[in-house]
Amino acid sequence: MNMHAQPQRTLAETALIDAFGERLSLLPGDGAVMVKRDDAIEAIKHGLPTRRVESWHYTDLRRLLASVPAFEADVVVKALAPILEGSAVLPVLNGVSSAKLPEIEGVTVQRLSEKLTDGSVAPGLDPYGSDDAIGALNTAFVADGYFVDITDGAELEKPIELQNLQAGGQSHVRLLARVGAGAKAIVVERQAGEGGDALTSSVSQLVVGDGAEVTWLIVQEQPDTATHLAQFKAHIGKDAKLTLFVMNAGGKLVRQEVVVRTTGEGADFKLRGINLLAGDTHTDVTMVLDHAVPHTTSTEVIRNVVTGKARGVFQGRINVHQYAQKTNAKMACNTLLLSDDGEFSTKPELEIFADDVVCGHGATVTENDHNHLFYLMARGIDEKSARGLLVKAFVAEVIEELDDEALVEALEARLDGWFVAHG
Amino acid sequence: MLEIKNLHARIIDDGTEIIRGLNLTVKAGEVAAIMGPNGSGKSTLSYILAGREDYEVTEGDILYNGQSILEMDPAERATAGIFLAFQYPMEIPGVATMEFLKVAMNEQRKARGEEPLKVPEFLKRVKEAAASLSMDMNMLKRPLNVGFSGGEKKRAEILQMKLLEPKLCVLDETDSGLDIDALKIVSDGVNALRSPDRAIVVITHYQRLLEHIVPDSVHVLYKGQVIKSGDKSLALDLEANGYAGVIGQAA
Repeated sequence: MNMHAQPQRTLAETALIDAFGERLSLLPGDGAVMVKRDDAIEAIKHGLPTRRVESWHYTDLRRLLASVPAFEADVVVKALAPILEGSAVLPVLNGVSSAKLPEIEGVTVQRLSEKLTDGSVAPGLDPYGSDDAIGALNTAFVADGYFVDITDGAELEKPIELQNLQAGGQSHVRLLARVGAGAKAIVVERQAGEGGDALTSSVSQLVVGDGAEVTWLIVQEQPDTATHLAQFKAHIGKDAKLTLFVMNAGGKLVRQEVVVRTTGEGADFKLRGINLLAGDTHTDVTMVLDHAVPHTTSTEVIRNVVTGKARGVFQGRINVHQYAQKTNAKMACNTLLLSDDGEFSTKPELEIFADDVVCGHGATVTENDHNHLFYLMARGIDEKSARGLLVKAFVAEVIEELDDEALVEALEARLDGWFVAHG
Repeated sequence: MLEIKNLHARIIDDGTEIIRGLNLTVKAGEVAAIMGPNGSGKSTLSYILAGREDYEVTEGDILYNGQSILEMDPAERATAGIFLAFQYPMEIPGVATMEFLKVAMNEQRKARGEEPLKVPEFLKRVKEAAASLSMDMNMLKRPLNVGFSGGEKKRAEILQMKLLEPKLCVLDETDSGLDIDALKIVSDGVNALRSPDRAIVVITHYQRLLEHIVPDSVHVLYKGQVIKSGDKSLALDLEANGYAGVIGQAA
């Protein structure tokens, strides 16, 4: 959190502090949880981060978060059909988990509200660092979510889809998952909503056990009335593989933080991201990856399409610890800037303390290649369709790499939906 | 079918005039060869016919079936039946070749008021065309032209031409980068498209291609003008004596 004394609280800061006072009696949790919540609101009292805080430089939350909507308990929102057919759906509707849960073989699911009440989740409520505004906001207000435990060795036949759906107002949700040693799972984290002004914070925490393989897909399709502040944190164990796919295709003000640490040798992390940005919106993906042990690998590929007056940010920080020899990390961020008023800021950072590593990064910002456009048009494809084909091709490359037909088809359908609405 | 009248054109970026008063008429059913030394404006002419935005026509006109095409964009020209086989076909990552073929064929059908092709009919046509050009269908599963060899790209161009059935085909140095066997396959593909209602313009450096695709007329392009026209014997004469003699006569 920003430690500079703020001259005067903003409307949003005041609203959050007041809301905490009003909500306090409704929030689940024993004494240990309440201590965490108090610490978190103290951090918010110091002020939301501004551009003077390095990790928030391109997303001045204090300025951008103009107002905070009230909690709205009574609005109704319904679970959605899952993106991948046959998935087990775990919905959180307006910040409240479901009492009726599907039976999934090899998986134990608990409501987070219950775990908060019995105190078994308190350590997990720690914010990550000193400038962790999202962690603080979520810790102060989180009331529900799920804890999903996948048994050692379980290979899930069907994906699990966690749905965090809001219909306006505020919701603060936490999704905790442990994937046991040698287990295999596909998890979809769906972030969407409908209706008026909204503020959501959503924190996902994942532990990938030794030798486990997880594909985690964040599909964010909030309406352009929503502020969406999200965090994904993971630890990857020995010889374990995590593929994180992030698709941002909505929201008015969005920050998705990705905080990952390799904790066992042979761990592999892949981040694949697509940011589809339209209208007068602001979307920030900020990654901090720690290669904390020797012999771990990672690749990060982010593709952005910017239209209208949209602004986008990608910050990718890779820390290679002194002990983490033989790290191999590669990061790329490519942007297709399709309007004069659009903006994209990209900041790669490599901090390397080991001396025997391979690390690289690259970034490009381009328009549609006019040679490609001419070629397609010379075959009778009109300009609008030709541009559409090229833009879709630019992002579809990242999706096709997932190498799972059902996944690729489902995500390309989301992509088509966005292009129909914004193309 | 094609009438180019006193055409002047320049590169928009730097204003260099490339085409300087070019006249050319090609009738339906005719195969016309355009030859000329490097830098004479051959490829520029092909791009201008296809409607590339980098060039500006400053004088003259291009009539296609009696209508000026100067105001038409590349897609409108293509749907009207003009096809350019590129000297250097573009590699487009992420666009699947089959998807591209389907979109192109159906967009052209749509512009002509025809129903889109049903998938089995589309596949049948592609398979037949690919077989006639000795192309492996696996190649068409790749992104458009990506990883294709020079020869494969040229075949893919002729494949597109066969599938789109244009009325005016412009082949820009289709022979470059082809070995003798591939040259034969590609030429057979072009010859199969010769018909009384179709005109073909073959742009080439060398007589070699014209042994396989025998032209009805040969035109020598130099400094942006047609300086000499004749029948196929003109090509043989150029092969034997080079461009110098023809250029000398014109000067």
